[in-house]
Amino acid sequence: MHDDDFPLALLAVFVPFSLVSIGGGASVIAGIQHQVVDVRQWISAREFIELFAISRASPGPGSMLATVIGWHVWGWSGALLTTLGYFVPSSLLCYAVVRVWNRHRGKGWHTAMERGLAPVGNGLLLAGVLSILRLSGGGIVSWAMTLGVAGVLMLRPKLHPLLLFAMSAAVFIALRAFGTGLV
Amino acid sequence: MFAIPRVASDCGRGSEGANFRLQNESEFIPLNTPAPAVSIPNLFFVFFRVGLLSFGGGLSGWIFREVVTTRHWIDEEEFLSGLAVSQILPGTNVSNLAVFIGNKLNGPLGAIAALTGLIAGPFFAVIGVATVYGVIKALPLAEAGLDGVTAVALGLILIVVAKGARRAAQRIEAMIALAVTFIAVGLLHWSLLAVALVVGPISVAAAWLRVRADAR
Repeated sequence: MHDDDFPLALLAVFVPFSLVSIGGGASVIAGIQHQVVDVRQWISAREFIELFAISRASPGPGSMLATVIGWHVWGWSGALLTTLGYFVPSSLLCYAVVRVWNRHRGKGWHTAMERGLAPVGNGLLLAGVLSILRLSGGGIVSWAMTLGVAGVLMLRPKLHPLLLFAMSAAVFIALRAFGTGLV
Repeated sequence: MFAIPRVASDCGRGSEGANFRLQNESEFIPLNTPAPAVSIPNLFFVFFRVGLLSFGGGLSGWIFREVVTTRHWIDEEEFLSGLAVSQILPGTNVSNLAVFIGNKLNGPLGAIAALTGLIAGPFFAVIGVATVYGVIKALPLAEAGLDGVTAVALGLILIVVAKGARRAAQRIEAMIALAVTFIAVGLLHWSLLAVALVVGPISVAAAWLRVRADAR
């Protein structure tokens, strides 16, 4: 727990990320991690990895990472604040844009925004993957599993993610249990 | 970007809805047909269900199934247009989509109902999972299991990256934007906010020049 203007600090971290998460919530993972682990030092790198995995293994959008970070550092009020701080600004912006969007469907700037922002969102996503892989405890096995899962899903997109979660967790637990030293 | 669940048995039911049409009948689209007003509780509970039942992403696929295939609240083209705007704008794609659909069906209150419905369930679910993990955390194997989950979650994100990269590869300016963003944030650890605010507008401007050149 912390005593330095906590609620405001939570909003100060999550509101800006709400407004630049181009291409979806996952694109700001690297930024959130940097802020809450390195800059504010609310949680350790290990705790961040754990909360990331928890948010991904739970139902709903991956952005519930913000919620669970708020909950972890400041209980229920923290969870509520980060959730509002993360979802409300982008939703208000979306609402404003949607009101004019349909009138301009098919216009040039439409296409330009779509084409221009997509690669930026993609670059951010890739940066997020890299930053978490670096921190993850699994080392080379984590890298192999991440690439392997991506490869398998390219070939068989219908595979249920929960099945992959369970299989991968089992593999990691087995490697740890038998003391292979790999994970 | 997302998988559209096919529910063949539902296809016939749309004929009574004035707004439902098949994609290939596009000549007969009545323009600006008002969407049916869907009640606030109804909107809330449909999105509540989607939020709680979907794991590992792919929520847009679920929403498509609920609001287009099963209920015919909006048509397919409308949905895809909403999905595009949701992906361009900052914010979680699926929460933007909820705002878009909620607003379409019942104005600002509809948008609020859809959005709160979507995140109410996951809000408690993620805290529940974190609580359970806090209890079993003492077991050394639990930590290894969570690393396994992390690796798969990253693999799921990598798929999205791969699809986007394939699209970006068709245009040199898109490739440069992707590479510069990744190097600045991922390798050089520059501020994500600053990088997005600088590279984003430049990339859009470059795309705009290309769009205008193509139009000529």
